[in-house]
Amino acid sequence: MSDLKEQIEQIIATEDVALFMKGTPQFAMCGNSQRALEALRRAGAPVTAVDILPDPQIRQELSAVSGWPTIPQVFVRGELVGGADIVEELAQSGELEQMLEQKLGSEYRGAGEERVVPVP
Amino acid sequence: MTERLESLLRDAFPDAEELSVADRTGGGDHFQVTLASRRFDGLSLVDQHRLVYDALAAPLADGTIHELRIKTRGAG
Repeated sequence: MSDLKEQIEQIIATEDVALFMKGTPQFAMCGNSQRALEALRRAGAPVTAVDILPDPQIRQELSAVSGWPTIPQVFVRGELVGGADIVEELAQSGELEQMLEQKLGSEYRGAGEERVVPVP
Repeated sequence: MTERLESLLRDAFPDAEELSVADRTGGGDHFQVTLASRRFDGLSLVDQHRLVYDALAAPLADGTIHELRIKTRGAG
């Protein structure tokens, strides 16, 4: 399944804000995925979501790549920011917006629509 | 089940200034871990949570933990 691994690595490396979640932004299937999504939305992040539920392999490969055992997982420009607790904590303290500005530029809020990328 | 998780965390963080494991739903698989330790000083939140995941690797891998919420802070 190295194709799947490559696809996951590609998304992490190329998307500004990648959210690996259970379900989709329109219909999250897990409270923590919803919490992470809402924190990102509040910060105005241009979220690219990946639903890990269609195939258990997605989650396995993702955790192998990131070394992070739980879902959701949020990456900004290739770097693991954390799961729901961390993203929520960073959003509350204002650090999430700071980080997004630093990494994506001060105009990041208008930069992109929320979208879903199908995997595999 | 909270006792098992607590004892794993106590082994990994013998110096913990605060350590609690709560069963959030009463179902024995959704947990809230709160942990304050000197080991977290100077670490990013990602690295702090990684240490907690390392300590709980077995119950995470065998499916005991369905959902884990983590709140960590340093002791400094």
